Amino acid sequence: MLEVLFIGLSLGSILLLVALGLAITYGAMGVINMAHGEMVMIGAYVTVLSGIWLGTNIFIAIPLAFIVTALLGLLIERVVVRRLYGRLLDTLLATWGIAILIQQAVRLEFGLSFFGIHIQGLGPGLQNVSVPEYLQGTFSIAGADINRYRTFIILVTAILALVTWFIIYRTSLGTQVRAIIRNPKMAAACGIDVTRINALTFAFGSGLAGVAGVMMSGFKTVFPDMGTPMVVDGFLVVVMGGVGSLLGSVLSAGILGEINGLVAAETNDILARAVVFGVVIAIIVLKPKGLFALKGR
Amino acid sequence: MAVDRRRFLRNGLLAGSSLITSPWVFSTGARAAGEVKVGVLFSLTGGLSIIEKSLHDATMMAISEINDAGGVKGMKIAAIAEDGASDPKTYNEKASKLVIQDRVPTVFGSYTSASRKAVLPVFEKRNNLYFYPTYYEGFECSKNVVYTGAVPNQQLSNFIPWIIKTLGKKKFFIVGSNYIYPREMAKVSKILIEKNGGEWIADEYLELGHSEWGSMVNKIKGSGCDVVLSNVVGDSVVAFYREYKNQGLTHDKLPICATVTSEIEIAAMGAEYAVGSFTSFPYFQAIDTDRNKAFVDRYRAFVKDPKAVTHHALESSYFQVFLWKQAVEKAAEITPVAIREAVKGQEFDAPNGHVKIEPENLHTYLTPRIAQWLPDGQGKIIDAYKEPVIPLPYVAYGETPTNLFCTSKGLETAKLNKT
Repeated sequence: MLEVLFIGLSLGSILLLVALGLAITYGAMGVINMAHGEMVMIGAYVTVLSGIWLGTNIFIAIPLAFIVTALLGLLIERVVVRRLYGRLLDTLLATWGIAILIQQAVRLEFGLSFFGIHIQGLGPGLQNVSVPEYLQGTFSIAGADINRYRTFIILVTAILALVTWFIIYRTSLGTQVRAIIRNPKMAAACGIDVTRINALTFAFGSGLAGVAGVMMSGFKTVFPDMGTPMVVDGFLVVVMGGVGSLLGSVLSAGILGEINGLVAAETNDILARAVVFGVVIAIIVLKPKGLFALKGR
Repeated sequence: MAVDRRRFLRNGLLAGSSLITSPWVFSTGARAAGEVKVGVLFSLTGGLSIIEKSLHDATMMAISEINDAGGVKGMKIAAIAEDGASDPKTYNEKASKLVIQDRVPTVFGSYTSASRKAVLPVFEKRNNLYFYPTYYEGFECSKNVVYTGAVPNQQLSNFIPWIIKTLGKKKFFIVGSNYIYPREMAKVSKILIEKNGGEWIADEYLELGHSEWGSMVNKIKGSGCDVVLSNVVGDSVVAFYREYKNQGLTHDKLPICATVTSEIEIAAMGAEYAVGSFTSFPYFQAIDTDRNKAFVDRYRAFVKDPKAVTHHALESSYFQVFLWKQAVEKAAEITPVAIREAVKGQEFDAPNGHVKIEPENLHTYLTPRIAQWLPDGQGKIIDAYKEPVIPLPYVAYGETPTNLFCTSKGLETAKLNKT
């Protein structure tokens, strides 16, 4: 039983890992960022490429992936998203287009494959990320075999969630972000540089997705389409938890993960997925603003 | 409905134009002076391009080797390569293009069963010829397809008894991706398991491409099985083997015995996750003969990648072109029907050993082998049949070497319905 609960917890942590960045970009900025999954994919490829070309391991890849995807996020914000604030559906279409562009760019190795130049680690193939020996296998707690790599994911997710919480609720930058969530125009009137803060927030959210990609690369296959299904899961978590609420995202990720794990253990994964979707639909119907909606005054 | 009408119109036009040209009256049109055209149809783009590109390369390599050695009947082979784009509908369109517009007498192509099923009507309607190089689930009997990959009896008939007798494992957990190939393989496996005194305790599926194996592996762990029979396909294989090790299961106590995991998947997951597990295929890169080593070297030189791996479907893609060449040389004229009649009983020394086309069902005699994976990502062949085994595409339904269901006359459905 402990093992089943652990798998549920780990499924939840993977959900949260992807949702954390979305909770910020969607929750704080009102941007439906369809390219979020591609940021995850870029993060995974950073792990592959740094492993091949720099010989570094998965730990070094975490800050590297954060920097690369945060810069890419900054670029996307500057070039596209900045012009679309307040136009929810337009951000959806625009970022979806960006998602396709990024996917194909990786698949075509930035166009170099047309010239017969091959970059090892890019391209449409399945990429292999090596995981250190001490993160493979299990360790034992109370008679249950606990998966080391999944424990590692849970720890990293917990740390990222804490860091995010700290930044949002304990720094002046975070106070400004929260002010923008409540009312961007009023925040601007109070002297907050909304454009700058938005750019930084978007970059931070993208960076979190990059770290998620590093974690994914260790147990899933790395290929150009890998991010697409994840972005759906991410939105499920954010919408169920309540847009703009960090705590809501954490809890809903945990709940969905455990439901998935328990149902899958009793029946199978396909049914478990259906149950998860059913729960999310029920919650959206009963509480349209999610479990932890911000209370307006 | 508008799409349907459009498709209907297009098909009507195609059928109309073919009536006018009456394809095989002008079959010499398929040959410009001194060359014979063939179609090569694999996915060069899309999700399956990783593996299908290697089949394309192996086919092209065989064609260029034949051309360098003087061609066929003194003519060069001109390959017309098309891209199936990992999409059965595109496969169908490209096959029509090759058969109707280019009027090739033969097409080499397809990796998945879905793409083969999609092109089948084109070849049957036009009475053209398709060479299919991949291991598949059987249960097909077309006069217009030559099958050069393994069918279930060539992957499982030696494998299951070997697992039970040599490994001493009796309780099977069968797991696969949810589509026709794994399900047919499971059907054959269950018959063989019961016949050999073993039992199967679960038969589970996850959707194709599923990459979250936590719950399934935990289920395997708690099931009390002593061997896992995997028909998992594609990128799911990587996530499955990784999760297997990460949950503390080891292949020396609870081995995965697989029918799909080849050199390519091993390279993608990292060899350390598969060390000690088993796979059954007629061909492995590790086959220790001079002919195979030379083949691997030539392939690596051809694709300009010193680390490229070869695998079963790739090897079949290669040798089937040579079987075709021999058939063309034997045939009086270069038409699909004449080539098909001539290919019956053709034999060839392929990298995996001696292969032969069964005249009745157009499938291929292959030598079943079992390999255990080593840390370098190569298989160590630990069991092999002494000689090639007859292909039985309907083995799950009671087909035996003395009672073939699929003959040159077609499928005898009466026998199928009896079971």
